[in-house]
Amino acid sequence: MSDTSPSTRHTEYHPRWYRSRVSTWWWLARWPYLKFILREISSVFVAWFVVLLLLQIRALSRGPDAYARFQHWLQTPLVLLLNLVTLFFVVFHAITWFNLTPRAMAVRFRGKRVPDLLIVGTNYAAWAAISLVVAWFLVRS
Amino acid sequence: MPETISLEVLRYSPERDAEPTFQRYDVPLRKDWVVLDALNYIKDKVDGSLTFRWSCRMGICGSCGMMVNGEPKLTCATFLSNYANDAVPVRVQPLRYFPVIRDLVVEVTDFMTKLQSVKPWLIRKEEKPTSEGEYLQTPDQLDRYKQFSMCINCMLCYAACPVYGLDPVFIGPAAIALAQRYNMDSRDEGAHERMDVLAQHEGIWGCTFVGECTEVCPKHVDPAGAIQQYKLTATIERFKSFLLPRGAK
Amino acid sequence: MDISYHDVLLVGGGGAGLRAAIAVAETNPNLSVAVVSKVYPMRSHTVSAEGGAAGVVKAGDTLDDHAYDTISGGDWLCDQDAVEIFVKEAPEELLRLEHWGCPWSRDPDGHIAVRAFGGMKKMRTWFAADKTGFHLLHTLFQTTLKYKAVARYDEWFVTKLLVDEGRVQGVVALQLMSGRIQAITAKSVILCTGGCGRVFPFTTNASIKTGDGMALAFQAGAPLKDMEFVQYHPTGLPFTGILITEAARSEGGYLINRDGYRYLQDYNLGTPTDKPVLRNMELGPRDRLSQAFVKEVEKGRTNDTPYGPVVHLDLRHMGEKFINARLPFVRELCLKYENIDPVTELIPVRPVIHYMMGGIHTDNNGATPLAGLYAAGEVACVSINGANRLGSNSLPELLVFGARAGKAAALAAMEQPRPSEKVVSQARDEKLRLEKQFLDKTGGREHIVTIRSEMHQAMESGAGIYRNQASLQQAADKLRGLRERFLDISLDDHSLTFNTELVAALEQSFMLDVGSAIVESALHRTESRGAHQRTDFPGRDDRNFLAHTLILRNPDGSTRIEQSPVVVTRWPPGERVYGVKSEATEVATT
Repeated sequence: MSDTSPSTRHTEYHPRWYRSRVSTWWWLARWPYLKFILREISSVFVAWFVVLLLLQIRALSRGPDAYARFQHWLQTPLVLLLNLVTLFFVVFHAITWFNLTPRAMAVRFRGKRVPDLLIVGTNYAAWAAISLVVAWFLVRS
Repeated sequence: MPETISLEVLRYSPERDAEPTFQRYDVPLRKDWVVLDALNYIKDKVDGSLTFRWSCRMGICGSCGMMVNGEPKLTCATFLSNYANDAVPVRVQPLRYFPVIRDLVVEVTDFMTKLQSVKPWLIRKEEKPTSEGEYLQTPDQLDRYKQFSMCINCMLCYAACPVYGLDPVFIGPAAIALAQRYNMDSRDEGAHERMDVLAQHEGIWGCTFVGECTEVCPKHVDPAGAIQQYKLTATIERFKSFLLPRGAK
Repeated sequence: MDISYHDVLLVGGGGAGLRAAIAVAETNPNLSVAVVSKVYPMRSHTVSAEGGAAGVVKAGDTLDDHAYDTISGGDWLCDQDAVEIFVKEAPEELLRLEHWGCPWSRDPDGHIAVRAFGGMKKMRTWFAADKTGFHLLHTLFQTTLKYKAVARYDEWFVTKLLVDEGRVQGVVALQLMSGRIQAITAKSVILCTGGCGRVFPFTTNASIKTGDGMALAFQAGAPLKDMEFVQYHPTGLPFTGILITEAARSEGGYLINRDGYRYLQDYNLGTPTDKPVLRNMELGPRDRLSQAFVKEVEKGRTNDTPYGPVVHLDLRHMGEKFINARLPFVRELCLKYENIDPVTELIPVRPVIHYMMGGIHTDNNGATPLAGLYAAGEVACVSINGANRLGSNSLPELLVFGARAGKAAALAAMEQPRPSEKVVSQARDEKLRLEKQFLDKTGGREHIVTIRSEMHQAMESGAGIYRNQASLQQAADKLRGLRERFLDISLDDHSLTFNTELVAALEQSFMLDVGSAIVESALHRTESRGAHQRTDFPGRDDRNFLAHTLILRNPDGSTRIEQSPVVVTRWPPGERVYGVKSEATEVATT
């Protein structure tokens, strides 16, 4: 018999309610749940990316030798793999975030709700624009 | 289209069984039959003890919510023919995350209590007498909360919500959406009273925006949207009360 | 045996029951009031009403207009004093709902919007998109949650009224979840259990509409009134019986036969126009539209389907945008339940049983002749609907008479002593009966399902849209036979836990009583009026039948019929006319 909580009553008239336990692997049962867990895990990789950025800045501040060592370290297979996975998750994180934005923000303009596509589109457009600006700086140098 | 279809229905009679078991039935497959028609066929022709709730059979009363092949569905709105070509029988089980009383009937007192706890009624400081006519409300103002008012209390969203499954104190999608329905009604002045109930761990902060509640809602209420929007409102109110402690309320 | 006690008990948690509960709580907050319902209140059938609720609020409309439309629509069988009270209190009740939060649809300036509805000369139907009943019920239910005094017995089934010394003293009820049977005593009992559409095979009604309250009252000795008047809604989906709201016609839909012809013009309902005209063609009253269908079937001008003959409702000319704004639920129903898109396809429809004009006889305050017993809503017959109900009158009826019955029952309860405990012995007997007849019984040769389908067949062929002496007598005999055979049923389910088969058996026994009352009353009324059409007596006979049919049970179990006169105040009986002719008649009589 399953897990019974104190509120389940057993008297002559009251039946035994059946409560099934939620499995620890509940998130594997359905694809939407798995996608959700992956989305949550992606924040770990976003945090790693921030740490990587800080390491990069520290290496920069210690001079060209330190920076060269840092670049060499980036190219080792394990770190390369880790960063590829991180790139995937950061992009995944951004895409899921943008797609969900209109649900969290009901923007109304002149009494009518702004269509979801417009809000999502604005986010992507801003992302593309900023990326172009950054790319231009990189290409210039 | 084949002439019959197989169902596996979870049976549980507490006076007889320690645990639920699946029972297989073969029912006629008609183009316009829904899962509920199959259940009624079984009850009428095969086994009168099969127990389930239903009433309007048109998706408005909210009685017939069950799990069909692991998905929360209104059985009056789920065509059997969708499963006609499946290799395995259609699995019908009671709504997930609720205690099972018998067969496909679940215990919903928890939901009813939570519904009441969010104060789902119009709260006003002063009531206008009916002799003075209606509170004015433009179609745009009606539009702001209309979607959240469409909830039929079918509880499919609770069956889809892993937070509710893992932590049953969570108030849940439908209750919060209903609170938002009143919060956003231009005639209501009770948002602060509801905030005390909602801005808690068991309220909106328990929600991690899995979003499945919105996916399964048969009335497109978008409870996930209601909850996230409310998180924004609650956060802003929090900051306001920090920065303007006297002016906030 | 457990007993509970309340001052006022509501049986049924739909629009009328919940409104009455609030009325009791507001009349005297110290009274103990409870709502007993066999389903959770938000599942009550009020939830499925679509079209709207009529109330006079717009300039140019008058209470007398609403009253006249109601009385003439009811073929002059309505009690005019009751109608006058109804039209006067309806707008205030609808406004009260608005103050409680009901999301009525609005005009651009923020005022309540109204629309046209069949049989109404002016536009006065308030609506909440096309889910008026849903919003009304949920608003009422959510409002009752704020009254701490209102207790609820959710999923308890009332099997019998407790009567002692000529007064109703409470009920015997079965708790579905546990199988517990107990007495709930009260000083006043208000029955709000709704109608009895499930007595017929094709109906818009939900599975729960089995005439429970009517049978309970009848068995306790209260009279049922005008039971022969059952309303067919002309447009229901053929297999499920799901209602396609009248609003689909009032917003401009056409009814066409197999030749694509708008056939209503052949039946004295006016001439076809592009845009809807009040009381004309498709906006004529329901009984006339249903009768037109039967005539079309006889002429062979209907389409044949596996579920019988149908005609079609054509909405295609209205366009997708208009349909999505004004009739979104209609579109959703057609797509989800028949796989048809009204924007591009025709909707198959046929008349289906929709409403019961008759019911428990009450006065204008919901009081029945049986002391301590009140009734309101579809279960009651005040009568404001007479021989035929106009669309959008039943929702305000729930509110107006629910409130009146609640108030009257509360005031009466304040004068009464507490019920004595000796009624508990009746409850014990009832428990024994249920155990002996159903729970512990095995080996019966009959099944509920057989009794049910034979009852359906008898009612449809004997007491359908057109009736005659022979068909009614056949139905009466058949039902008598079924009542005897019912005693020989046994159940598959002997469990105490949520035994829905036991509930189905009890409902079936109630339906047999109600079906018999319908047939007996129809046999007695040898005229045709409103929804009751006799092919052997095709005319209206005001001399003999401007009266209500009352059917009562004698102590020995036999029934007797009585008549009571219709109350006429200011509108002498006239001819019911629709279409162009009605305008001329209007001018002549005003």
